[in-house]
Amino acid sequence: MIETNLLSGKLVRLAAVDPEHAESWAKWHTNSEYMRLADMDPATVQSVKSTREWMEKHLDDWLEHEFSIRTMDGDKLIGTTGLGGNLKQHGDAFVGIGIGEPDFWGKGYGTEAMQLILRYAFMELNLQRVSLDVFGYNERAVRSYEKAGFKLEGRMRNMLLREGRRWDLVFMGILREEWLAKFQG
Amino acid sequence: MDIATPLFDGTLVRLSAINHETDPEVEARWTHDEAFMRMMYTDPMRPLSIFQVKKKYEELEKKMAERNELYHFRIRAKEDERMLGFCNLKWISWPNGSAYITMGIGAAEDRHKGYGFEALRMLMRYAFSELNMYRLSAIVAEYNEPALAFFCKAGFSVEVRREQALARDGRRWDAIGLGLLVDEWKE
Repeated sequence: MIETNLLSGKLVRLAAVDPEHAESWAKWHTNSEYMRLADMDPATVQSVKSTREWMEKHLDDWLEHEFSIRTMDGDKLIGTTGLGGNLKQHGDAFVGIGIGEPDFWGKGYGTEAMQLILRYAFMELNLQRVSLDVFGYNERAVRSYEKAGFKLEGRMRNMLLREGRRWDLVFMGILREEWLAKFQG
Repeated sequence: MDIATPLFDGTLVRLSAINHETDPEVEARWTHDEAFMRMMYTDPMRPLSIFQVKKKYEELEKKMAERNELYHFRIRAKEDERMLGFCNLKWISWPNGSAYITMGIGAAEDRHKGYGFEALRMLMRYAFSELNMYRLSAIVAEYNEPALAFFCKAGFSVEVRREQALARDGRRWDAIGLGLLVDEWKE
């Protein structure tokens, strides 16, 4: 029997991305702390209209492997997660994840969403590994990624300049065999 | 080095713009060399026609004009003006002072003669002294030992090793990330 619950966990499930979500996406953008954890580019605000147009335009390329994160309890849209990179040729993807609703930070929602997208990456896309990078000041994320099985693979020194300080860009990865041994054993 | 010291003019090589008349034919030839293409790019290698290379140049110049995050140069030999290769500063992040370097010397007989190394030194000076970058990064495949040695010789340090990130010839190879900070750079 194959897995019939591939995209659902206890706290969250992965669902479609819909341009109808532009309002939430634009709202998340107004939280500079969220944007500074999510992006190396300067935090900035974005209108609902331009967000929606960007989503419509990129549903099949940038957002090809992107999901909404929704709570099991109440079906609330709380964030997004997705895979990008050279999936087909090298079997490697960079994963991105963001919980846009701060009420759901530090409670295991993000960690479980990461576990779900890794399951999708390894069990459906048949990837060989999944990579990520995270900013040196985002210790909460690093702990969450470690729980999901990621290992440190190096640090690009002083890559970021924020609040007058230099911070590393931290690289982490998980191999297919490592994930299988840890979660499917 | 001062304001008058040429940025684009070295002892052996010059950094120059694309020549849309003469470069496409030379580069199309390079794209038929599997060894070069697989060292240079991690995308699937594919030979290109002169027409395809011309189109690629047009897209490249359009991208440079539209988005302020890429500088591209052709490397030419001063002795006879022949095109030796190309180099880029790309994925520039202005707020963070960060850029990635890529470089290729197209013909096997032009390698290991100091052309590439002088071009790299000129590109580093351009990045640090003209663009005011703070750090430069390079990504090299584990199987590309000459490139790894090349960047290390120029002062780069290995910072990241993404284990088994690349698949080629039926096995997996690491992707290696290197970095150089402005304080570590020696003119």
